[in-house]
Amino acid sequence: MTEAGTPTPARRRRQDPLIPAGPVRASAHVCMAAGCLSMQADTVFDSLCERVTARGLTDVAVKRVGCLGLCAAGPLVAVPETGRLFDRVAAGDDAALDGVVDGLAGGEGGRPIATDPFFSHQVKVVLEHCGQIDPERVEDYVAVGGYESLTKAVTTMTPAEVLGEVTRSGIRGRGGAGYPTGLKWTTVAKTDSPHGKYVVCNGDEGDPGAFMDRSVLESSPQQVLEGMAIAGYAVGANHGYVYVRAEYPLAVKRLTTAIRQAEHAGLLGPRIADTSFGFDVEIRIGAGAFVCGEETALIASIEGGRGTPRPRPPYPAASGLWGKPTLINNVETLASIPTIIGRGAEWYSAIGSGKSLGTKVFALAGSVVNTGLIEVPLGLTLREIVFEIGGGLPGGGKFKAVQTGGPSGGCMPESLLDMAVDYESLAQAGSIMGSGGMIVMDDGTCMVDVAKFFMDFCREESCGKCIPCRVGTTQMYGLLDRITRGLASRDELAELESLAGMVRDTSLCGLGQGSPNPVVSTLRYFRDEYMAHIDDHLCPAGVCKMEPREAALAAGEVAP
Amino acid sequence: MTVAADAPPASPPRDDKRWRQVDVRIRRLGARPDALIEVLHTVQEVFGYLDDDALSYVSEALSVPPSRVLGVATFYSHFVRKPQGEHTCVVCMGTACYINGAGAILNRIHDTLGIDAGATTSDGRISLLRARCLGACSMAPAVVIDDEVHGRLSPDAVQHMLEAL
Repeated sequence: MTEAGTPTPARRRRQDPLIPAGPVRASAHVCMAAGCLSMQADTVFDSLCERVTARGLTDVAVKRVGCLGLCAAGPLVAVPETGRLFDRVAAGDDAALDGVVDGLAGGEGGRPIATDPFFSHQVKVVLEHCGQIDPERVEDYVAVGGYESLTKAVTTMTPAEVLGEVTRSGIRGRGGAGYPTGLKWTTVAKTDSPHGKYVVCNGDEGDPGAFMDRSVLESSPQQVLEGMAIAGYAVGANHGYVYVRAEYPLAVKRLTTAIRQAEHAGLLGPRIADTSFGFDVEIRIGAGAFVCGEETALIASIEGGRGTPRPRPPYPAASGLWGKPTLINNVETLASIPTIIGRGAEWYSAIGSGKSLGTKVFALAGSVVNTGLIEVPLGLTLREIVFEIGGGLPGGGKFKAVQTGGPSGGCMPESLLDMAVDYESLAQAGSIMGSGGMIVMDDGTCMVDVAKFFMDFCREESCGKCIPCRVGTTQMYGLLDRITRGLASRDELAELESLAGMVRDTSLCGLGQGSPNPVVSTLRYFRDEYMAHIDDHLCPAGVCKMEPREAALAAGEVAP
Repeated sequence: MTVAADAPPASPPRDDKRWRQVDVRIRRLGARPDALIEVLHTVQEVFGYLDDDALSYVSEALSVPPSRVLGVATFYSHFVRKPQGEHTCVVCMGTACYINGAGAILNRIHDTLGIDAGATTSDGRISLLRARCLGACSMAPAVVIDDEVHGRLSPDAVQHMLEAL
């Protein structure tokens, strides 16, 4: 394979990076993740290439890279040599584009990355290479040490040693439930299977408000493939599947390119690093079903059927894809593995606190200034995340709640802002870590309406297999709808609470079991808002349209 | 749908050359039953939607019972059973978009075009769809018009874009 730094071709094709033949003095990293791309980052890239060439800067590179994180201020261009970030470099904005070229030529401009609070609180493990490398060039990933961990694992470690390293790192599943990864791997490794095992990467990021997996797959797809191959070596699997949502066409495209390039370069496929270990990867594209994020439903979907879950046990670790032992990990978990093997379990477990070790990627969105992708050590407080990294609420808005964990999570009020963000604290507060979506809400948001929003989601996404979820979510939605229309009585609220417990306790899978969480957590922290809708017939946030009670009485919609 | 209910399975419209693309894909996937979702993706990419003939053909080609093909085609929200309009407008209804005003955008489109989500205008020009979450949360509220993502929109902006189509 070719090394990074190939000479500049005489005629640069559109989309090719601009790489000088000699030493590079400065390089422009143009963010090509979905956020910036929607703001014509590809045109920005072309314009920068043209301007750098026109200015005769022969020692300057212009590269297409993955997510730079600060999506709120895109399109983004970073110059790592000077440590500066140029934001809002809009296509056709001559001043902004020339500003970047000036910065490349040695001038000032942009904002310093090192001291910017958005970046300075972050610790990047999973996102280490996001925004540093071109996601569509395997040479770039290899140049930053990619595939060294896989080579290290297969040539110098036994599978048991890899398992030990992952176990000692303390990493837990980043998909939501937080099951210890080392334990899961060990279970799969211990299960004998003469006819093979599988590694599945769960990229069915269905939580509304979460885009971490999308960004990782779009920005550093090789890292996920390397993590899968290491997992395959550790548990004794030679075949992997990546399951990606159909809603992420760019991630699918880059992953497809990444697999092709890695196989072409001999980094994946048979006889990795001249050993007897081989590993190949296939992509499976989802088709828009939230429940497929549940592991047994995901397996059914890969097998080509309806994505409905089944009771566990047997767990996929014992009987998964086509009845074979199957290791299923989230994108972020697998993307952490190369670093854990490369730098060692001790290095990784020094990050984080208590039983929540390492880092977690969050997608910060909603009413917050710095929307974007962040990676922080576990154990940081909500306040640090929302107000220091996130820069607080825009326009001086008043903080009301932060929602984590999507439709299975909960809303945390202001009184919990100093709570540490780790698996145990979040569970205690009635939420879950979830996959990492974090939505900030201001006082213009009605919490009953938010609960209704999530219940509507669960109701529509329920696969219909078990009755508590299929019927329970619909009934709960109906009750919430009546509350937001000002028609509900206190008795109906009591019914809602009792249903919440029933659905949680009796549903088949995580979708149903978690679906009451938004209701329960908003009732716990924002009960007064529910009571205002019911007793005072008003929505404190001014979101819900109350129906006149007299008319409803006459129509027999409410009890007298 | 009426696959194989009262008539032998409809033979695929062979005269349409686009079927070749589907056949190539089926062959590349080894015509395995577990390739069902992949093949349905291809059919939808090629023809825009999945009609009864297409489902019958896929059922035969992969040796999957028609009931299961229909089950899968209707289970996943990505698959559509009706032809879509010339243009598609997808309004993201994810959490971030919702709290940032996606509802108002949807209402405005409803008022402008006179259709609900999931429907196509009577002249077949525009289809309106709702998405669960596009992962474009940092640009909420987001709307996708003909595969292009637009972020930080107002109802006015969306109306202008639709009128300009």
